[in-house]
Amino acid sequence: MARYGMVIDLDRCTGCGACVTACKAENNVAIVSEDDAKMGRTMFWMKMLVGYEGEYPNIKMKFIPRLCFECDKPPCIKVCPVRATYKNEDGLVAQIYPQCIGCRYCMAACPYTVKVFNWYRYVPEKPMSNCINPDVSVRPKGVVEKCTFCIHRLQKAKELAQAEHRKMREGDYVPACMQVCPAKAFYFGDLDNPQNRVTEAMRDVRGFTLLEDLGTDPKVHYLHAK
Amino acid sequence: MNSQNYKTDEDEVLFRPIYHTGRGFYLIAAVLLLIMLVAGTLYVSQLIYGLGVTGMGEPVTWGFYIIDFIFFIGISHAGTLISAILRLSKAEWRRPITRMAEVITAIVLAIGGLHPIIDLGRPDRILHLVTSGRLQSPLLWDVFSITAYFTASTVYLYLPLIPDIALLRDRGDKHHKLYEFLSWGYNGSPEHKKVLERAINILMVMVIPIAISVHTIISWIFAMTLQPGWHSTIFGPYFVVGAIFSGIAALLIIMIIFRKAYHFENYLRDVHFDYLSTLLLIMSLLWFYFTFAEYLTGFYGHEPQEMRVFFYKIDGRFAPLFWLMVVCNFVIPVILLGFKKLRKIPGILIASFSVILGMWLERLIIVIPSLANPRLSYVRTGVYFPSITEVMLLLFGLAALGFGFMMFSKLFPLISIWEIKEGREESVHNVSQRLKGYFPAPQAMHSMEVEGHHEQ
Repeated sequence: MARYGMVIDLDRCTGCGACVTACKAENNVAIVSEDDAKMGRTMFWMKMLVGYEGEYPNIKMKFIPRLCFECDKPPCIKVCPVRATYKNEDGLVAQIYPQCIGCRYCMAACPYTVKVFNWYRYVPEKPMSNCINPDVSVRPKGVVEKCTFCIHRLQKAKELAQAEHRKMREGDYVPACMQVCPAKAFYFGDLDNPQNRVTEAMRDVRGFTLLEDLGTDPKVHYLHAK
Repeated sequence: MNSQNYKTDEDEVLFRPIYHTGRGFYLIAAVLLLIMLVAGTLYVSQLIYGLGVTGMGEPVTWGFYIIDFIFFIGISHAGTLISAILRLSKAEWRRPITRMAEVITAIVLAIGGLHPIIDLGRPDRILHLVTSGRLQSPLLWDVFSITAYFTASTVYLYLPLIPDIALLRDRGDKHHKLYEFLSWGYNGSPEHKKVLERAINILMVMVIPIAISVHTIISWIFAMTLQPGWHSTIFGPYFVVGAIFSGIAALLIIMIIFRKAYHFENYLRDVHFDYLSTLLLIMSLLWFYFTFAEYLTGFYGHEPQEMRVFFYKIDGRFAPLFWLMVVCNFVIPVILLGFKKLRKIPGILIASFSVILGMWLERLIIVIPSLANPRLSYVRTGVYFPSITEVMLLLFGLAALGFGFMMFSKLFPLISIWEIKEGREESVHNVSQRLKGYFPAPQAMHSMEVEGHHEQ
């Protein structure tokens, strides 16, 4: 079975936010009201973290696109009382929405604060209601959700490969964030395949992961800006 | 006992609340019911619209409900644990106190146990915990420990209640059918008494580890995560100490209120308040020791993420609440209870209220700042302000405690009558016998002397 992972080259990333927008549209992520946004209820599966380095006037902005890191040793899975989140055979940390009881323990346990919660029932308003992605279900109220590495695309790619009697090839399956990146900052693929460009990028000396010392083994790596 | 001579029972005042209800009782009960009704309506709206009606958001995903959960379960330690420890150590002054302590436990545990369910995004799926629960999750440990504690403590409340129910049954005035059913044919014969006492003794030993496990496991919900400010080995005992601390304070408040309302002055006397408030004082010092140890260790290590939470509490947004907590939990109780002159009923009442507020604040200060300052430093510090629903549901908990206690007092005596009678009849003799056992027996000394003499 595959073990999907990603590398994001921060040297290429311009912080344009195309990945953030693409993710929202692709996964039917709820758009919340302004009041709710102020209370910290904005829902991003892909979020642009912004950091500042140095002191004025030599200040440098740092952009880090943050999605679910699909940790190999995920702290969120350990604490779930009902197995609503689990690691699937492709190494992805998957969510089962009909199983989730909404205790939000996984949100508290995730050191990257990746998960988001459906505080209300999401009813898409126009014009968003016209461009709901039919491949992804809109989550009911009261459950936790997060980035899935666009698992529905993996499903489609697998079925296509099966229909064509071949194995999955690199590039058959890419998440929406990577597809739209104008700076080509993303590398994505099966980490078990040493020929993939993503495994090559992972060996780069600039590589790092966030909060490496926690031992969660994230499958999303970053490359330092030069 | 026939209806002629029970009026002359020397413990008649303990029966009185069951047969006589004043106007104040109805008034207070109505107010408490109103609060519960309003809160209930707000909860229904939460069920309909979702948890959006609360003040929670990201990253502060847990709020008042979880805080109140820890707080109420903490108070429940008053009861069973205190009563079991006092019984086990044969403290004779426990007799008028144990019943109230046990009632607090049973009621508060029922209230506290509901809070995680209130907090669920999908309470309709609560049965998933049974059908597909994962033993690896601390939340499931909690389900087990709280149900075990609730079962043990309600039985532990019920068993010592049986002789009193039998007394009520024999009076035959009111609720005769109910008392007859609940008393299980108890007739006070030596055989019955022996069986009952053995059952109480077994439960009393069992209930202590269960009670300690409950709050330890609640602390593990937090300590088992990697979050700064939570991931601490001291959390188990720290929570247990805090729980007993707030429990004694709640017990003192209830004792003082019902002593006044039902004229129990002759039963709950100065010595009981003196001993219990000394216990409260000791717990206050113990609480300070734990808090100091916890924060100093965090501070000295100076891990950046830990420090972000630390300073948020000590001198950031939560500083006023943090220092209020220290004043409420340490400064006020130590001053009011440390000096014999101030350790009178009003002083004890103020100290107890201050401890209750302080311990609630402590739960708040443990839950919110760690969530508001996630480990990932790029994430903005979260804000949390409770909504009216959350505040009302806290009031609901408090009102339900008062209401439950009042209802109990109308059905059963708040002070264990048979234990008082037993104490009056047997304790003096037993205690003097026991006291003699503390010191070297005169017989043995004499024989040693003789032996020594012989050797010479």
